[in-house]
Amino acid sequence: MTSDQARTLIAERFPGAQTAGDAPMAVTVPVDAWARFARFAKETLGCWFFSFLTAVDWKDEGLEVVAKIDNVDERLSLLVKARLGPGASACPSLSGVYRGAIWMERECYDMFGIRFEGHPDLRRILLGDDWEGYPLLKSYPMDAPHPPFR
Amino acid sequence: MSTAAPATRVDLEYTGSERLTMNMGPQHPSAHGVFRAILTLEGEQVVGIDTVIGYLHRCHEKLAETLTYAQYPSIASKTDYVAAMTSEFAYVRAAETIGKIEVPKRGQYLRVLAAELQRVASHLLWLGTWCLDMGGALGGGATIFLYCIRERELILDLFESLVGARLLYGFYQVGGVRYDLPPLWADTCRRTVDLIDQRIGEYERMLEDNPFFLARTQGVGVVSRELAQEVGISGPLVRGSGVAYDLRRTEPYSSYEDFDFRVPVEPGGDCFARYRVRMVEFRESLRIVRQVLDGLPEGPISSRPGLKSVAQVRIPKGEAYARVEGARGEVGCYLVADGSAKPYRMKWRGASFSNLAILPHVIPGHKVADVVAIMGSVDPVFGEVDR
Amino acid sequence: MEWLTPLVAPFIVLNAIIGIVTYVTLLERKFAARMQSRVGPYRVGPHGLLQPIADAIKLMMKEDVVPTAVDRPVYNLAPIVFLVPCMLIFATIPFAPGLGVADLNIGILFFLAVSAMEIVGLFMAGWGSNNKYALLSAMRAVNQVISYDLPFIFSALVPVLLAGSLRLSDIAAAQAGLWFVFYPVVGQLAFIAFIVSTVAAENRAPFDILEAESELVAGFRVEYSGMKFAIIQLAEYAHVVGASFLGALLFLGAWAGPGPEWLGPGWFLLKAMFVFLLVTWVRWSFVRIRVDQILALSWKVLLPATLVLLIAAAIVVVWRGTPGV
Repeated sequence: MTSDQARTLIAERFPGAQTAGDAPMAVTVPVDAWARFARFAKETLGCWFFSFLTAVDWKDEGLEVVAKIDNVDERLSLLVKARLGPGASACPSLSGVYRGAIWMERECYDMFGIRFEGHPDLRRILLGDDWEGYPLLKSYPMDAPHPPFR
Repeated sequence: MSTAAPATRVDLEYTGSERLTMNMGPQHPSAHGVFRAILTLEGEQVVGIDTVIGYLHRCHEKLAETLTYAQYPSIASKTDYVAAMTSEFAYVRAAETIGKIEVPKRGQYLRVLAAELQRVASHLLWLGTWCLDMGGALGGGATIFLYCIRERELILDLFESLVGARLLYGFYQVGGVRYDLPPLWADTCRRTVDLIDQRIGEYERMLEDNPFFLARTQGVGVVSRELAQEVGISGPLVRGSGVAYDLRRTEPYSSYEDFDFRVPVEPGGDCFARYRVRMVEFRESLRIVRQVLDGLPEGPISSRPGLKSVAQVRIPKGEAYARVEGARGEVGCYLVADGSAKPYRMKWRGASFSNLAILPHVIPGHKVADVVAIMGSVDPVFGEVDR
Repeated sequence: MEWLTPLVAPFIVLNAIIGIVTYVTLLERKFAARMQSRVGPYRVGPHGLLQPIADAIKLMMKEDVVPTAVDRPVYNLAPIVFLVPCMLIFATIPFAPGLGVADLNIGILFFLAVSAMEIVGLFMAGWGSNNKYALLSAMRAVNQVISYDLPFIFSALVPVLLAGSLRLSDIAAAQAGLWFVFYPVVGQLAFIAFIVSTVAAENRAPFDILEAESELVAGFRVEYSGMKFAIIQLAEYAHVVGASFLGALLFLGAWAGPGPEWLGPGWFLLKAMFVFLLVTWVRWSFVRIRVDQILALSWKVLLPATLVLLIAAAIVVVWRGTPGV
């Protein structure tokens, strides 16, 4: 499957999605289509390889969730993004589609505080349970000591 | 580092036997760093596992937002300290992709040279520690371990005369590499490569003619093709499960298309298959090193010679994901630049992090002794898992 | 002065054994180091010859840490209970004709019976430590030692049949013409079975699943430190050395060798060290196998094989009419 074919398929199934670039092709989908798109990408586009999931904090514009999935055999590479909207921190979970997302979403929750709905085990993974705040948010102050290591 | 009540613990059917919860780690001889596995045992059988990571978290992603593109590559080597070259490689590639910075041919070849030598060094450490896990510090495992360390030392010596450091290098820089080969280095390298090639054959015979080694590895920790694809493991792990996924082949970077090498694939999915994949990779990496030395073009090693000031690296607004095939799999760096001297956001895709996520799916049903064998065959480096 | 003899002989043997066992550790370390292209202990004394003494002094001076949660009487008693049988096995071994503590007419039976008692100390150590690793290790120990004592005994009984006596000095004397290891077929197979089951019954790698430091940290002795640890180590090595002496006695002709008769004990020691190095060689070249595989090897392979061997030896003896070579 070439990226042009993929682009057409995506435009058919997800009119709200925007595609840009090639290798990797950036696909921006609405947040309510996030999990649906992942399932579509896996089943229709053949993107079985789940590379990573993370987020970017665009300050006032809110959080953006980013996931990288590949169809290794046909060299189709997708960078899927979804804006959660200002102030929002809820996102559908991909753990039902890709099992590799379980740890990645835990890490994302740990660092950004994004609540992945439908995640089987959403708890902190790298930081301790008693950690306060979400360090990779731009609003997280770097020059002040933080609990519990005050 | 969360220890709250685990919900994703994969449990087998409860058969009514008395259960024992046992901590393996974080301070455990075969934890390969600091890793804690909370095992639920029924006799010797593991029926449930919860994994706790994060003991080595050093805020690399936050740190990268505070360091310039010229500064961070030498910090990047601290994520995967066993294969430091490859993590530097991923970061500089991401920066170069956004900035559309060309790398001269000689620079690309030198990058490949360092990355492949690093792969051999990393695999040597893996083979040694894995056998140490299975054989014990006071047994045959220690023998293999010391042999492997002896050979790894030779590669570290090569790196020392090339870079001046033995573990964390700072060899890569945006635009190329920092140092050219010193005189006579190529000859030493050729001799070392030949020696290691011969020694690897010796280890292979010592292990594969050993029925106990086969009994411990064959049929243990089987990762099916479907599971491997779903979890997103990469590197020797996924190739040991019958998936031919090697970034050097699927999306060649840094002139990898110039070299002739084979991507080993084993369908077995057990520890032995992963071992076989790595043993072939040793030889293929050594072959690539020989080809680089034979075909090393003349010319500059970097398009940004003597990179010293921040102003030399101007990265425009944009984003990129660059990945390289590290010793443990896909090492990737997702970089978002806002046009300033420092990245806006950086995400490490550590190969070990994703590879380690396979453990809860594989370990239940095995014996306690197999836990260390499986974990060793995954080859996690906790600097990369926790970042 | 007659009454002194029963005291003096054990005293001398006990001290000699402790000396030998201490230096056997150095031998093993040097041997292992050579296998691994290392030098081994080198700093203390010439070629590291004083290393065992330095180790002993260090262990004696170390703080004896007793965890609060241990079962104190069991925990404290375990090293002694472990040590006593390991030392007692030397009682029946004749180091030269007429030179030994007690040449019992059931010498080998005594040896095997006492040697099997080490498991009590092992289990006490594992249980008393109140540690999960130690407990698992103790469970494994019971499994393994019981499974491997049977093939160990059966293979040791082959020379008994061939010599026609349970007295160890008789068995040694019966080999004056032909060492049992050179006895056609039966002798060699029995020797191999003896070495394998020795390695396993002494919990040496690749059968050291109860130590298994990569999974169970150090198994039953994880909570021991200082002198108690030293005693456990001493007992383990004493047991291995005892089994090596037994192997040299049963199969390698004990004190027989060229030269004057007073060289006998020297030859005996040399042969015992040969057996010890065989065991060590195995230890430093194999990876450890799993507990279920170890048990399968014992019950499915070694035990039937040694039983068949024993019957074969019996047939040979009956067929030849008289025991002995």
